Amino acid sequence: MDFSDVFDFSDYDRLIPLVSNSLWAGVLLALIGGLVGVFVMNRELSFAVHGISELSFAGASIFLLLGFDVVFGSVIGSLTAALIIAILGDRSRDRNSIVAVLMPFGLGIGILALALYPGRAANKFGLLTGQIVAVDDPKLASLAVISAIVLVVLVVIWRPLLFATLDAEVAAARGVNTRALGVIFVMLLGLAVAAAVQVVGALLVLALLVTPAAAALRLSKSQLWVPVLSVSFAFVSMIGGILLALGGGLPISPYVTTISFLIYLIARTISFTKSKLEVSK
Amino acid sequence: MSAVLRVQNASLQFDERVIWQDLNFDVEPGEFIALIGANGSGKSMLLKSILGQQRLTSGKIEFLGAGSSRGSTQIGYIPQHRSLDAQLPLRVFDAVRLGLDGHKPGLPLPSSKTKQLVSDALEQVEAQGLRDKPLGELSGGEMQRVRVAQALISKPKLILADEPLSALDLNHQQIVSELIASQAKKQGAAVIFVTHDLNPIADYVDKVIYLAKGRYSIGTPDEVMQTEVLSDLYGTDIDVVRNQGRIVVLGAHDHAHHDDEEWT
Repeated sequence: MDFSDVFDFSDYDRLIPLVSNSLWAGVLLALIGGLVGVFVMNRELSFAVHGISELSFAGASIFLLLGFDVVFGSVIGSLTAALIIAILGDRSRDRNSIVAVLMPFGLGIGILALALYPGRAANKFGLLTGQIVAVDDPKLASLAVISAIVLVVLVVIWRPLLFATLDAEVAAARGVNTRALGVIFVMLLGLAVAAAVQVVGALLVLALLVTPAAAALRLSKSQLWVPVLSVSFAFVSMIGGILLALGGGLPISPYVTTISFLIYLIARTISFTKSKLEVSK
Repeated sequence: MSAVLRVQNASLQFDERVIWQDLNFDVEPGEFIALIGANGSGKSMLLKSILGQQRLTSGKIEFLGAGSSRGSTQIGYIPQHRSLDAQLPLRVFDAVRLGLDGHKPGLPLPSSKTKQLVSDALEQVEAQGLRDKPLGELSGGEMQRVRVAQALISKPKLILADEPLSALDLNHQQIVSELIASQAKKQGAAVIFVTHDLNPIADYVDKVIYLAKGRYSIGTPDEVMQTEVLSDLYGTDIDVVRNQGRIVVLGAHDHAHHDDEEWT
């Protein structure tokens, strides 16, 4: 393999319009992924994200096999997993074991469905590892609808959810329904995962829903800057990943995950240096 | 004025085990009540029942004339001190602000009015300097001062303080008790203060509710903290000793103290 297979930008100006749908999808995903990710981190749901994404993959694969809409299947799988986690996994220890049980099951079912699917293998594995050109108009429309739902609900519950997440005992005493908010949030997470699976693939959803928020939390504890940074990092990873993927023959996911990982490394380095400086002050 | 809180024939039991029964008392506006008892006497359970988080076996609890709902914006809650994760992305300013409007839907957009209220609340507890510090980096005394500001900023009718002094040294026990008492008095809020030691708050207490062995005794500190009363309550010989203004209960706590009571 030649280096020019990874980076080749000769026909760039003609390629961009072909992926404008993907770019829009990337913007939407960065927005909801970055915001939802902040609560994923603070509620310690990283592992649950992975579990939900595998079931989302299973749902998408089954629907693909049956000839139904893949996004819809993805949403069904996600919400099923989210509901199971929300109802059974109230405590983090229960939650972890439930996720660990669900994950291989979902992946197994998904792979079975894909193995039975007569279509092309390249399309199939897009659900696992992401695909850049697969965002057609109907798919973009459903991503937009999902993103809008997530965004609106998240904005409405933001403050009480924050209270319930960061200071649960006091929030409950002040009349905040912490349990209901927890369930609503996991359902939102399910929707966000289902949307992300369409573009970055089930295996790499964490790069969008966890890494940017984790990096942001390394740099700030501000209620304003953490979400802003998280969305910005998700945006740079997504859009940067898509644009780089255009230049090469490789799938989109390695680019997205690498950028996302680099941002995290930089954030860690900055926070480490800052704490060193404070100690020596 | 009618009572802030009305507890009527309230009983709580788990299977055969009676936590407390036929509890009857009213909390008047501005009253400072000490809720005392050994570990396992059901102090925290009573607080949970008042907050509607624990269902009574029988009887009822009315808060501001209505049956119990799950929590209330008319309640200010001061939890026990726990050390929090230093990484917790919650700064003092935001924590106190959530005590004011954290129950409201929407985004916590900055506003000069809330900013002023938070500053005032922090000033009341002499914690202005902590404004931008993460909660996880506070010392025990600092944390509980912030908790007082957080509980009082919404001007609640009732303050529930769940062992707010545990894990504090003697000096900070006094500072925090004084803050809770004086701030509550200023706002006319009633206080239910859970503790296993009356001494740090003895100066402020109007009434003591002493829970022991499923039963209770209620009255002024002088009425309740008596050798006969507590001996009768525990059904065994108890000595209440007064020495230099301190009240010591001997024989009541045969087992060592734990920092918190956990039933769930």
